[in-house]
Amino acid sequence: MQFEMPSLIPVLPELFLLTMTCVILVVDLFLKEEQRVISYGLVQISLLLSVCIVYLTSGAEAEVIFYGSVIRDPMGDVLKVAIYLISAGAFLYSKDYLLDRNLFKGEFYVLGLFAVLGMTVMVSANSFLTVYLGLELLALSLYALVAFDRDSKAGSEAAMKYFVLGALASGMLLYGISMIYGATGSIEFPQVAKAVAETGMDNMVLVFGLVFVVIGLAFKFGAVPLHMWVPDVYHGAPTAVTLFIGSTPKIAAFALAMRLLVDGLEPLHADWQGMLVILAVLSMALGNVIAIAQTNIKRMLAYSTISHVGFILLGILAGTSKGYTAAMFYSIVYAIMALGGFGIVLLLSRRGFEAENLDDYKGLHDRSPWFAAMMLLLMFSMAGVPPTVGFFAKMFVLEAVVSIDMTWLALVGVFFSIIGVYYYLRIVKLMYFDKPTDDTPLTAGLDTRIALSVNGLMMLALGMFPAAILSICAAAVGSV
Amino acid sequence: MTFELFVFYVFAAILVFAATMVITRKNPVHSALFLVLAFFTSAAIWLLAEAEFLAIVLVLVYVGAVMVLFLFVVMMLDIDIATMRAGFVKNLPLAILIAIAMVIEIFLVIGSGSFSLDQFAAPLPLPADYNNTASLGNILYTEYMYPFEVAAVILLVAIIAAIGLTMRKRPESKYQDPSKQVRVKKGEDRITVLKMDAED
Repeated sequence: MQFEMPSLIPVLPELFLLTMTCVILVVDLFLKEEQRVISYGLVQISLLLSVCIVYLTSGAEAEVIFYGSVIRDPMGDVLKVAIYLISAGAFLYSKDYLLDRNLFKGEFYVLGLFAVLGMTVMVSANSFLTVYLGLELLALSLYALVAFDRDSKAGSEAAMKYFVLGALASGMLLYGISMIYGATGSIEFPQVAKAVAETGMDNMVLVFGLVFVVIGLAFKFGAVPLHMWVPDVYHGAPTAVTLFIGSTPKIAAFALAMRLLVDGLEPLHADWQGMLVILAVLSMALGNVIAIAQTNIKRMLAYSTISHVGFILLGILAGTSKGYTAAMFYSIVYAIMALGGFGIVLLLSRRGFEAENLDDYKGLHDRSPWFAAMMLLLMFSMAGVPPTVGFFAKMFVLEAVVSIDMTWLALVGVFFSIIGVYYYLRIVKLMYFDKPTDDTPLTAGLDTRIALSVNGLMMLALGMFPAAILSICAAAVGSV
Repeated sequence: MTFELFVFYVFAAILVFAATMVITRKNPVHSALFLVLAFFTSAAIWLLAEAEFLAIVLVLVYVGAVMVLFLFVVMMLDIDIATMRAGFVKNLPLAILIAIAMVIEIFLVIGSGSFSLDQFAAPLPLPADYNNTASLGNILYTEYMYPFEVAAVILLVAIIAAIGLTMRKRPESKYQDPSKQVRVKKGEDRITVLKMDAED
């Protein structure tokens, strides 16, 4: 058998990140406790260089290499850049938190980078096998990160739940994939799509496999009814890890859905659209209603994630390039919002104190008017109040749904977002109209302050000019 | 019935028996040993399907490594069977109901002829000199190189995670420090001379 070594340029970002991760792993062993900040610096440099490499290797043409295992296309490039940058932000915010709790270790960053690597493998996957391996790489790193604070009982419990349920979901996904392989005879997305288009919907095995794939996908998204792990994991994990889990993996989940359902199983659109409608409506309903009852901000943001996932699914189920663009825009914007939201939680936490309860946000305006304003922008954006970017993200998704004549679904979405506004505005009320119970000044470093300010102001800036990201997303999706 | 079919049924019967024993035995060590039997018989069935490399890997990896480790864990941990089985009878009816529903569903899909011989012709027996291992190796390191490397990275993550989560320096453990041992000198490093009063 003749083996042709493929060009490695399209996977250069992944190769570079893997190499750097291994370098950091080894370098970290030789560092003294007080020099640990060098590993952190290396991590940030690697992530930023990866962004540059993606930029240099990008191109409008999609390239398929490694015998159809990997694809490099504009959608993958945009998502990778978003993943790198938002992960860099997540590591930046979590630095002080980790230092305060003696968790500032090289393993945290190495596992985090492996998770980033897993996400990018998923983003540029072109076969079921690659997508599954990327997913496992991400999941395994996340399980370990959730349990990272070994002495925390809640953390270990959350990690255990996440691990067992995650393994079950992976099993479901694999079972579905094996059925699809049985029915189509291939694991590469283009071939699967071709075979599916030929055999059509009467093939029961195919639809049976699809159900399992959608179940696995819904678990990874955290969509109702497979959402049970989300609040527990968000609550139990160290806040720095919650921040990481809450932001970029949503972009990866979007990529997973696009690769599996659109690249691979587009001809079955009519079948999976119905399943996604159920998931989306349940997620928006349950997420928004239960979030109202939460007193812990991490749990509240977890339920809010579930409702936002419903919106991302709305965009995907539209099945038009307008819908995919809207979903992609939504997932990137949501990742930035979640980054800022948990960033504020980290900002208010300090040694021996977790700003987990809603009451800890009372009178934030008196303590720090600037960061209260940032939180205000983030909460408005999550609630979808114009002119913040969250409003436009919701609007584009709803537009896409209306344009396929599912107006009732758009109305359901609007209805539950209005319910959702209540718990976001409650935080604003606590910050501005209540007296502070705790007068400790905020102790964040300059880097965190600047990054959080940029993050908060981005909500406004992107809201003023949503076309900046939207046109990139539209161009990227248009080429799928 | 050909001889091959007969062998298949014998192994299949042993496999089902062993699998049932795994989940019904009270003693976890017995369960683990029956699992070993189940692995062996599935390896035999894979041999019948001409997948000799996978069959051998199943025995080497699962029986040789995983199950031995498993037995060690079972023997070292003090597992309280009574509490583990506390909800068994209570949840049994529901579990059986769900299992039956799933079996029927799966049977409706798989048993409906989608995978019958009309859809997929039986593969022709391969010649005796056909090498399953070589062809697997050929595609594993060429066509599936990328997934193979990603799988290797997953194993690396598993190692890092396991060490990161379990390793901690205990102050009470005793370590050897070879460099210190080598640097020991004759005289004052080994002998401490104590002054004391003469006693009668």
